[in-house]
Order: sequence, then C-alpha cells, then structure tokens
Amino acid sequence: MLYREAGDFKTSYAADNQTFPIRFDRYGYYLVLAFAFLVMPMVISDYWANSIVIPFLIYAIAALGLNILIGYCGQLSLGTGAFMAVGAYACYKLMVAMPGLNIVFVVVLAGLVTAAVGTLFGLPSLRIKGFYLAVATLAAQFFLIWLFTRTPWFFNYSSTGMISAPTRTLFGYPVTGPSASAVSVYLVCLSFLVVMAWLARNLTRGTIGRKWMAIRDMDIAAEIIGVNPMRAKLSAFAVSSFLIGVSGALFFAVYLGAAEAGEAFGIDKSFLVLFMVIVGGLGSILGAFLGAAFLIVGPVLLKMLLVNQFDWSSDLAAHLEVMIIGALILAFLIIEPHGLAALWRTIKEKLRLWPFPH
Amino acid sequence: MPDTLLFAMEAALNGLTAGIMYALVALGFVLIFKASGIFNFSQGVMALFAALTLVGFQQGQVPFAHLINAIFGTRVHHFGWNLPTLLAIPATVGVMVVFAWAVERFVLRHLVNQKPIILFMATIGLAYFLEGLGDLMWGAEVKRLDVGIPQGMSGAVDDLTFGLFGYGFYMDTLDLYAMVIAALLVAVLVLFSQYTKEGRALRAVADDHQAALSVGISLRFIWVLTWSIAGIVALVAGIMWGAKSGVQFSLSLIALKALPVLILGGFTSIPGAIVGGLIIGVGEKLFDFFMQPIVGGATENWFAYMLALVFLLFRPQGLFGEKIIERV
Repeated sequence: MLYREAGDFKTSYAADNQTFPIRFDRYGYYLVLAFAFLVMPMVISDYWANSIVIPFLIYAIAALGLNILIGYCGQLSLGTGAFMAVGAYACYKLMVAMPGLNIVFVVVLAGLVTAAVGTLFGLPSLRIKGFYLAVATLAAQFFLIWLFTRTPWFFNYSSTGMISAPTRTLFGYPVTGPSASAVSVYLVCLSFLVVMAWLARNLTRGTIGRKWMAIRDMDIAAEIIGVNPMRAKLSAFAVSSFLIGVSGALFFAVYLGAAEAGEAFGIDKSFLVLFMVIVGGLGSILGAFLGAAFLIVGPVLLKMLLVNQFDWSSDLAAHLEVMIIGALILAFLIIEPHGLAALWRTIKEKLRLWPFPH
Repeated sequence: MPDTLLFAMEAALNGLTAGIMYALVALGFVLIFKASGIFNFSQGVMALFAALTLVGFQQGQVPFAHLINAIFGTRVHHFGWNLPTLLAIPATVGVMVVFAWAVERFVLRHLVNQKPIILFMATIGLAYFLEGLGDLMWGAEVKRLDVGIPQGMSGAVDDLTFGLFGYGFYMDTLDLYAMVIAALLVAVLVLFSQYTKEGRALRAVADDHQAALSVGISLRFIWVLTWSIAGIVALVAGIMWGAKSGVQFSLSLIALKALPVLILGGFTSIPGAIVGGLIIGVGEKLFDFFMQPIVGGATENWFAYMLALVFLLFRPQGLFGEKIIERV
C-alpha cells in the first residue's frame, strides 16, 4: 500500500535510526536517484540545464552548508557569498597552479581551503552570538570580497580582474571551460550534491550533529552535559564552510566559467542562500533541497509568466519578485517557522495514518 | 602645520559628516531595539522608502503607476500637480505611521515570544518586501530630492579654517544642516521620552515588558509608536542622504553600516548610537587616508565591520550598552 507500515516492528537501533524508515520513501529515493542519473541526462535541454537545474544543484550544496551552521548549530552567518568566493578563488588558483590535478580533487581541496578560512572567521562565535555574530560574518563578507578584488595575486594579474576557468576533463569529457557540455556539467554537479547530502545527513545524525543541536538548543546546558562548545561551534563552521566552498568552486568552475568577486559573490548571494534555508526549513536536509528548488524555480516561473505571458517589463517583474520573496519569508516565519520541510513532514504523518486517523 | 596633518584633519571632518548619517540610521535601530527587543534590519530600507515616498508626493507621482499601466494598458504617470515640501513631509510621515501600524498588525503580533534570531530574519524579509514595494510604487530610477536645504561648499567653514591654518577645508553646507538637524532630533527625542506620558510608557516598556503590561500600558500601541518614530527618524536620514547623493538603492546599504555603529555604541543607548556613528565615520575616513598608499583604496567597505569585530572581542556590550551578554 501507499505509505504504510503494518506496525512498529523495529528490533535494532540501526533500523530505528535509518534515514528512510518507510519502504515507500526508500524506493522513492532510489527512483529519484535513478531518474536523476539515468533519465535526466537523456532528456535535459541546454536551456533548462543552465537556467534551472544546474543552479539548483549548486545552490542546494550551499544551502546544505548554511543549514548545518544556522539550522543545526544555531550560528547565524551572513558571509555565505564570501565563503563561496573563497571556494571559487581557491579552485582557480589550484587549477592554474596544478594543471595535471583532477578537477574533482581541485574542488575538494578548494572546499578544504574554505573550511580553514571559515573556521578562522568562526572564532568570534566562541565569545559572541546572535546578531553580534551576524556582524562578525558581515566583516568576513566585505573584507574577503575587497581582498579578492584588490589583490592582483588572486586573479593572476589579469587586466579585467576576472578569473576564468581553463578547460579540464573528467573521463575524457570536458567539464569546465567553454567546450563543456551541459550534460557533463549536470552530472558533475549532481554527483557532488549526492555525496555532499550523504555527508551532511550522516554527520547531522551522528555524535557531532547531536552536539551541534545541543549547542543550538541551549548552549549553557550543552556545556554542562559535556559538549565542548569550542569544538562543536568550530566544527560546524568548518563543515558548513567546506560545503559552501565546494558549491562556490562548482559555481565558478563548471557553471559560470568566469567570475568577478564583487559581482558574483556579493552580499545578495548571502541573503539568497539564507532565504533558501529559511523557506526550506531550518535544521532539515530535505529543507535545503526544497528551499533551493523553490527560490531557483520560483523566480524563473514568475518571470516567464509576467514577462512572456502578460508582456510586463522585466524590471517591473523583478521588483514584484523581490516583494514576493520578502513577503514569503515573513509568511514562512509566521505560519511555518520550520519551512517547507515541516509541511512535507505533516503531509507524511497524515498519509501514514490515512484513512483511519484515530 | 604640515600638509599631511591638514589633509588628515579634513578627512576626519568629512568622516564626521558621514558619521552623522550612520548615527541617524543607528538611532532608529536603537529606538526599536529598546522598545521591542527587535533588531530591525529594515531600518535602512525604511529610510529609502521614506525618501522615495517624499519625492513621489513632491512630484505628484501616481503610486504604482508602472503596475497600473502594465495591467490596464493605461499611461498614467503624474497627477499633474506638485505638493509643496511642507505638505509632502507630513504626508510622508502619515505613510510611515500606516506602515508602522501594518508591521505591528501583520508581522509583530504573530511573532511575539519568538527567538530574537527569528525576529531578526523576519526583518530581513521585511526589508526585501519594503524594497520591492518602494520600487513598485514609485519606480526604481535615481531621483533628485530637493527640500530647500542649500547645498555646495560652505564659505563659512572655508574662511574660518583658512584664517586658522592657512588652508580652507572643503565642507558641504548640507552637512552643516544635517548636524544641526540631527542634534535637534536627538533633543526632541530626549524631551519626548522624559516629559510626556507616551515617552514614559515607552521607557517602561523598554525596561520590562511584563511590568509595563501589568500597570496598564498597551504593548501594541507602544510598538506602533516606536515603529512610527523609527519611521520618522528614517525619513530624516532619507532626506539628508537623498539630498546629498540622490534617492537610490545604495541608501539602504547604509543600514549595514549601522550594525557596526551599534556594536560600538551599544544596542540600547541613544548617545551610544551618536558617538558610535561619529567614531565609525571618522575612523573609516582616517584609515582610508593613511592606508591608501599601502593597501589601495576602498577600505571603507570593510573597516567598520573589522573595527566592530575587534571591539566585540574586548567589550561586547559596547561603549554605553548594558552588560547583559552571557559568556559561553
């Protein structure tokens, strides 16, 4: 039957703790994976890949990262854009310095560099919290972007101040640079997203994730029961920055191809990813996916509707979009502070009991 | 006197005038934070919105003209009359009061008892909403705001400093007026909170919500009142900034600069907001002046935040704030 268990027959801790306890869910997950890896590459068109699917995959990684920091560990960060820039510039410098290195390792190394920088800027979180910390991360945002636009070493003294990704291949197919096809880019981003989501899910349900949540729920109590706040907070900053750095590296290397720090990774990127986390659901892996999908697909659909159907001017549509996003944030915070993921959870509970809810 | 010192002094003087703008925005933050414990991120956008509304009223623009034209295919733009500034300012204040009421009715009332961080994120949403609304209502192009304050180089300052040092400092007359108006505004606010019934109620709420409720003060009224006052402060800031560099989106970015100002001055202190604003304004100009040969320009973008960051590590409650921060 649809969405049904015959009863609670779990006999082991592992069975109780599995990610998809409902069989229907589990098969659905395998089906989605198979569809994404096998069917999508056949049917996807360049337009859809570049305007919706690839940005969704990349932003979902960033939203996963920020969700670990805000949703699981309760530390507000407004520096996401700058950390994505760190990933992008680290990726660029590594690509240029080591042309023989496989692109996958380059992206992972870029993530590690970002993790180090993120931990550094996470240090103030040991003394301050809340919006004080938000200001500290704003310092990271503005300082790092300034550094990347002003220090010629970072963009290899190019006259435009832009960084552009050279062509790199994976299994013989180019995945970066102008000759990369949409399908190979899609597959690279998808593989990274799946691995990162697996990583995030398993970190957050293990010891370290529980420490983060203890810190989030009440830091003093967490310290009393033996959670080391320094390690918990800094590890959250490190893991979160790693994911954000990977997404920044992908965003630059395989999606944009060429970028300039101030334009591609400004403060609006920080807010965009923050909104994804809020709309999707704080403290939920699924929420990061839902939020990224909502905020990537929503504006595209709205623009198609208003500009193409009703013939509005595009800046008018853009203003309406900003207004709607703002109203949505307010609506979500008021009606459902746990976001789309909580809505899905409610539906699931109802489905499991249907048609005998009592 | 050596030239470098004179130039540095001129930079500091210009920083002082920029600092007044930061202080004005920070003032709105402090008012709302004291009364409702909400860190209002949308203060800068409120200044932008107020300035846009003022210009719209002055020029007799039809609100939502672009939207109406897009939906109904009409071609309306202006009513064809211009409101005098003296009428347009009270009308704008009216709009800000309606906005304050709407914020209380549709947002704050539903978020009572939420964590501060949720409220903070709600005000980020509010900022986006208001930014879209302002652009939709009045159009997004850069507008000139003229409320009759004289502009241009101030002859008096030039003469005075030339007499003193043999080198005339450049200073805009507008900035002199801004200083006077900011001082007046603070004086009026202090008088209001000390000597009127509503002002006392406001301070009572700031001290303790529950105690204020139990002696019969309406929290909702106080919230509408504070947000209205913050709206008026935003209007003043919007007029000053708009007259100086045109009404445009960058106006809302000064809200971000107000964050370090608050950290320096303390979140709950009105004098702190003023002093913090001045320190940041002077500090970033001087830092840029001295560091430009070494690291290149545009350090103004991040200096304030870095200063706040360093400050946080040593004195988290700010210069004048109450010491309530718990260490973990």
